[in-house]
Amino acid sequence: MDIKNSNKTHLGVQKLLAVSVLVILYVFFSIFGNNFFSFTALVNILDASYFIGFMAIGVTFVIITGGIDLSLGTTMMCGALIGGAAYNLWGWDIVSALLLTIAVSTIIGAINGILIAYLKLPPFIATLGTMMSGMGFGAIVTKVMTMRFPTIDSPDGWFKYIFYKTSSGFPIGAVWLAAAFAIASVLLNKTRFGRYTFAIGSNREAARLSGIKVQRMLTMIYTLSGFFSGLAGIFYASVYTTIIPSTGNGLELLAIAGVVIGGTSMTGGVGSLSGTMIGVFVMSTLKQGLMSMGLQAHWQTFITGIVVIGAVLLDNYRIAKAEKISMRGKAVFHGTFPMK
Amino acid sequence: MPDVLLEMKNIHKHFAGVHALNNVSLTIYAGEVHALIGENGAGKSTLMKVLTGIHEKDHGQIFFRGREVDIKTPQEAQALGINMIHQELNLMPHLTVAQNIYIGREPMKGIFLDERKINQMAGELLKSLKIDIDPATRVSNLTIAKQQMVEIAKALSFDSSLLIMDEPSAALTEGEIQELFKFIRDLKARGHSIIYITHRLDELPHIADRITVLRDGQYVDTVNIHDVTKQQIISMMVGRIIYDQPKSKSNVPEDAPVVLEVRNLVAPNVSNVSFTLRRGEILGFAGLMGAGRTETMRAIFGADPLESGEILINRKKVNITSPSDAIAHGISYLSEDRRAFGLAIGLSVKDNAVMANLEEYSKMFFVDDKQVKKVTNEYIEKLSIKTPSITQLVKNLSGGNQQKIVVAKWLIRNSDIFIFDEPTRGIDVGAKSEIYGLIHQLAAENKSIIMVSSEIPELLRMCDRIIVMCEGRVTGELSIDEATQEKIMSYATMNM
Repeated sequence: MDIKNSNKTHLGVQKLLAVSVLVILYVFFSIFGNNFFSFTALVNILDASYFIGFMAIGVTFVIITGGIDLSLGTTMMCGALIGGAAYNLWGWDIVSALLLTIAVSTIIGAINGILIAYLKLPPFIATLGTMMSGMGFGAIVTKVMTMRFPTIDSPDGWFKYIFYKTSSGFPIGAVWLAAAFAIASVLLNKTRFGRYTFAIGSNREAARLSGIKVQRMLTMIYTLSGFFSGLAGIFYASVYTTIIPSTGNGLELLAIAGVVIGGTSMTGGVGSLSGTMIGVFVMSTLKQGLMSMGLQAHWQTFITGIVVIGAVLLDNYRIAKAEKISMRGKAVFHGTFPMK
Repeated sequence: MPDVLLEMKNIHKHFAGVHALNNVSLTIYAGEVHALIGENGAGKSTLMKVLTGIHEKDHGQIFFRGREVDIKTPQEAQALGINMIHQELNLMPHLTVAQNIYIGREPMKGIFLDERKINQMAGELLKSLKIDIDPATRVSNLTIAKQQMVEIAKALSFDSSLLIMDEPSAALTEGEIQELFKFIRDLKARGHSIIYITHRLDELPHIADRITVLRDGQYVDTVNIHDVTKQQIISMMVGRIIYDQPKSKSNVPEDAPVVLEVRNLVAPNVSNVSFTLRRGEILGFAGLMGAGRTETMRAIFGADPLESGEILINRKKVNITSPSDAIAHGISYLSEDRRAFGLAIGLSVKDNAVMANLEEYSKMFFVDDKQVKKVTNEYIEKLSIKTPSITQLVKNLSGGNQQKIVVAKWLIRNSDIFIFDEPTRGIDVGAKSEIYGLIHQLAAENKSIIMVSSEIPELLRMCDRIIVMCEGRVTGELSIDEATQEKIMSYATMNM
């Protein structure tokens, strides 16, 4: 059957496109950038991908259900700030502090889920609210002080060796991200949890009538997104060391942009984590590449914006084309009623 | 006497004051195809939603296999073996056929989905039903007919003894319908019972054993299909309620000029529709839900693209590609959903009245409030709109008065052709007669009116001429002196 799984191939086309964009960008910057074609630059690309990558993995699930999570960035910061407060101010050991980081973010995710699934708030509004409150809460708990995680030479410096770079300079964070990607991919593609994520995004009412506990599922999915924001917080802390209160908003948009570039549809039902990872790397390659050409951060955001719009335009064009074909089919059907 | 599978006794159901089901009973035998028929709003869907646990009944009893049951959720109905194939199919388009059939009951290998097993199970199920579909196909790639088959297969995978099909043939081609009928006969031969909801009376002799007719939420009768004629079924459906004086003859003079002519209009769900509209005429459009009347009007108004066909206004061909084109040509469209299409309900009466014509009531960049007040007051008086003031918010007015404000808006815009789509849906009797008066008044002022309505008595009372549509085509045209409910119904259910 030649039309079989054509959705999958469509997603495949978009993914292929994203891969080729990634390759083209890499080659382009290798030729025109300063010192871009180097191990150091590659490591820099990876470093910039960790925290966005974790957030993007979590929010991919949310977007496949047709929802959105705007609170990712500040949830990550809120978790990292409170974990930092535990380590800096309350005398916790580093392991407990990191666990607290994850716990705080996961709880914010669960709050999002309850607001959306049970209290029926639109995802945009619910997560807009927690985005703002999460940012405020982190600043309140830390009394607006900057939190510091251990540096390499401090006694707890092993934390960086585990999550960021080994003593030999190997970017170990990439291994963690790859592991998270692998586990999340299995969850999304091989388990009921993943199947129901797609089912809800594809036709929520049909999913409900099929006996899927949609509210519970949605709560779990937003909680998962919060959990991944917590992981992102740990990796942000391991790369950047200092966590500044009242920051983090805007970072969620980088993650969402990565998901969208990777071909996940904002209307739900379609998406892949491999696409998301490619999307994330497209953005961090852009960032490093533009830097290597001497263009500053504002250029990076400017061009990332264009890439996001281009990716979605392409997606819309593809959907419109697919619909046109099915409409044509419909017209044929009306023409074939035999007259009595 | 055959075995009774299901018995619904004296079912009552109210919705916000409306008696949607009034003492309705239904008996289904094992292994029969039982058609449930009635006009729009007769209570067919409500009855079935009560049976499948989507709605809760107010009174009455349901017996299934001789035992009284209390069905509260679709899952409980499913557990009993009662499954409904809804008209808007409940499938997840992005999942495969197999994934849809076994959603919520996936075969597992430990904590992982067993993709091979699910395809194998679905493959066997489809094969046993002689349905030729690859279980690994994505549902969005199937035709509506195949999707329906998938949904039926899904229902049967639950060991269903009673299948309810809500207008399954509505979206199918003739060939697909024949296939569906064959499939239904197979199911019947295996002992499944089927409740078949349809509007197409011509299908009944081919498929149904018995029929039950509902009208206005009440049980009319249950008969063997071979004991009745189509005409008898139609009279059962429409009843013998005498509506206050139907119009006896057309008020349009013989020589009234044609203001609007539509030639061979083709649009989504509209095939080859042609008609004319004269000055001062009230032209009715009758038909069942989904007959393509609204789609025709939307295409004329430029709200939906027309694929081919010509529109002539005052004998001149015009090109209408958007509502603003139509408005410029003097056509106004008053949709059934006033709130969505006709009015900004959060704004005041006067703001709404001049909304379509602000340029004329502006000086430079500023709205000329004095002129606006003047013209608004003029039309409030002319149409006797009941509002405490012209600054009242439209949402605080009654449905009838809201409708009048929409009309005022288009009159101020100098419209000559008014398309009313279900103008009286959801408003009370008093407001209805006000709307009728308003439409008569417009016609008396030589405006031309198209009135789309699903209430046949209303059309008989209002119109000079009635066009009947079915399946996107014009199936009949009746002058008012020859039109009757029965004639209109038989055109509206004409299976082409």
